[in-house]
Amino acid sequence: MDFVDYYKILGINKTAAPKEIKNAYRKLARKFHPDLNPNDKDAKKNFQQINEANEVLSDPEKRKKYDQYGKDWQHAEEFEKAKQYQGQSFGSRGARNSGSQSGADFSDFFESMFGGAASGGRSRQVKYRGEDLNAEIHLNLIDALKSQKQTLTVNGNKIRITIPAGIENGQTIKIQGHGGAGINGGPNGDLYITFSIANHPKIKRLGNNLYTSVDLDLYTAVLGGEITIDTLDGQVKLKVKPETQNESKVKLKGKGFPVYKSEGEAGDLYVTYHIKIPTNLTDKQKALFTELSDSSIKP
Amino acid sequence: MQIANHIAIDEFCSSWNIEVSFINSLQETGLIEVVIVNETACIEVTQLQQLEKCIRFYYELDINLEGIETIMHLLQRMNNMQNDINDLRNKLRLFERSET
Repeated sequence: MDFVDYYKILGINKTAAPKEIKNAYRKLARKFHPDLNPNDKDAKKNFQQINEANEVLSDPEKRKKYDQYGKDWQHAEEFEKAKQYQGQSFGSRGARNSGSQSGADFSDFFESMFGGAASGGRSRQVKYRGEDLNAEIHLNLIDALKSQKQTLTVNGNKIRITIPAGIENGQTIKIQGHGGAGINGGPNGDLYITFSIANHPKIKRLGNNLYTSVDLDLYTAVLGGEITIDTLDGQVKLKVKPETQNESKVKLKGKGFPVYKSEGEAGDLYVTYHIKIPTNLTDKQKALFTELSDSSIKP
Repeated sequence: MQIANHIAIDEFCSSWNIEVSFINSLQETGLIEVVIVNETACIEVTQLQQLEKCIRFYYELDINLEGIETIMHLLQRMNNMQNDINDLRNKLRLFERSET
């Protein structure tokens, strides 16, 4: 447990009047409130510290005790004195705490000085919503191709979730009621799961469309033919038109990624041809190319 | 307290110890929608999160209704921009070297 300087947290000096404390708290709370800084863990931590500092310094009794024992809290005798106060004089402010706040969010230092925030006797049995929790799931592109069930362990509880096919990289889904437990009968918070989907070595995804490139030999490009290409769910045969140009694209309708929560719908697969010029030609091949060159109409 | 997917405003206000007039003001500014179910003014459960956020802004941070309206608008824009960033990041991945 490190000593926490509540005055420093609020940016005020030790002689600050109650009004100054209130103003400093308001100013910082507006800056770091979790509702104003979604997904910012640092802001949440800062807000908890600010809240904690305000809980103590805005209450004359607690402030007096903090001023008296705060710096020397580690000394056993004084620590014991502080312990005697647990549960007696806490929580008269009566203001609402953020929905993301709970007793567990207060520092060890705070609890050792004043007792657990939740047990300290808020004057009213106000219901608080549990805090929202965040989790991240890593998938590869093939995993995201089909709906799948996964079991997560959150706060010791196992949650079985179905990940719909077509989930996007960076997309967040909300599992209602699986966040932190509510306080005083308040509702549970929600669990937010963000998906991180790794790139595929050969196939890129953009929305519901997929993009890939294939090498095409010169002869097939010129004369046309049939090739087999890899897709995320197996190989498909593809007819190549005669006189296909380098970097030209073809679209395979419906061979892209499944559309999120739209069963049976899928994007398209775009295939770019990279035409490979033959190397290490034999004399006969060179002669044939020369003949071909001579026979072609030059501009 | 709960009527299907709705919560009676009177009971919600009593539970949160807030004035019904505050909910009415939020409705007037269009921040929440109040519906009448069985002759009782209610809010939809899906709006609870938004409503609780407004309550925290008003009572914890002393932000007035005009401020809340502005903040909610900006938060919505932030959210949209975050989604745009995700889309752009995914587009950028098209041009990154493939992982091996």
